[in-house]
Amino acid sequence: MRIRLLLFATYRDLAGTGEVELDLPAGATAADAVDRLRSSGNGASRLPARPVLAVNQNYAGPDTVLEEGDEVALLPPVAGG
Amino acid sequence: MYTRVTADPIDANTVLAHVGTADDGAVLTFLGTVRRQNDGLPVRGLRYDAYTAMAERTLASIAGEANQRFHPSRIAVVHRTGELGIGEVSVAIAVSTPHRVDAFDAVRYIIEELKQRLPVWKKEHYVTGEERWLEGAMPPASEVSGD
Repeated sequence: MRIRLLLFATYRDLAGTGEVELDLPAGATAADAVDRLRSSGNGASRLPARPVLAVNQNYAGPDTVLEEGDEVALLPPVAGG
Repeated sequence: MYTRVTADPIDANTVLAHVGTADDGAVLTFLGTVRRQNDGLPVRGLRYDAYTAMAERTLASIAGEANQRFHPSRIAVVHRTGELGIGEVSVAIAVSTPHRVDAFDAVRYIIEELKQRLPVWKKEHYVTGEERWLEGAMPPASEVSGD
């Protein structure tokens, strides 16, 4: 299944991109998506192993099971206001 | 409730126009603004990046919680993105309530929650020409289970 990974701020700088498409096996979790990205080489390997995540724009745990077309975001510590 | 994440400059009076009814005895506005130094370093300006779609949802959730807790008549919250100069408004919160105590409590709740949870990041540009992303807050564990 295809999922979309979004990266922001320091994580985007590390990965060198703000958006990545991944093809993952059925039943894959949000943590699996992060692992796949981190093993893709370059700066992505410097991303934290367990970042704060959102799935489809809601904060979500690493064990969240993904579905086709899901949007997974890796969120650095936030600094709004 | 009026909640927005916008790349356009925030006009306080426009935000204020979304609150205030004939039942209200208090209207309170909070503006967050860009200051000229941080941690002793002179700042030229800063950039806010947002996960805009999620930030809009999160702002609406926070305003909804403030609504349930403090029962204001109206709430308006706007957060800015993009490049901001010194003195520009980064966030505006306006609340109207029948009694003033609830207005102060609601505004305080909204700004504190927003700082903990809103998926927005701040990069400071220093007078020296350097720049860096600011250390942020980790969203609380209770949020990590979802909506």
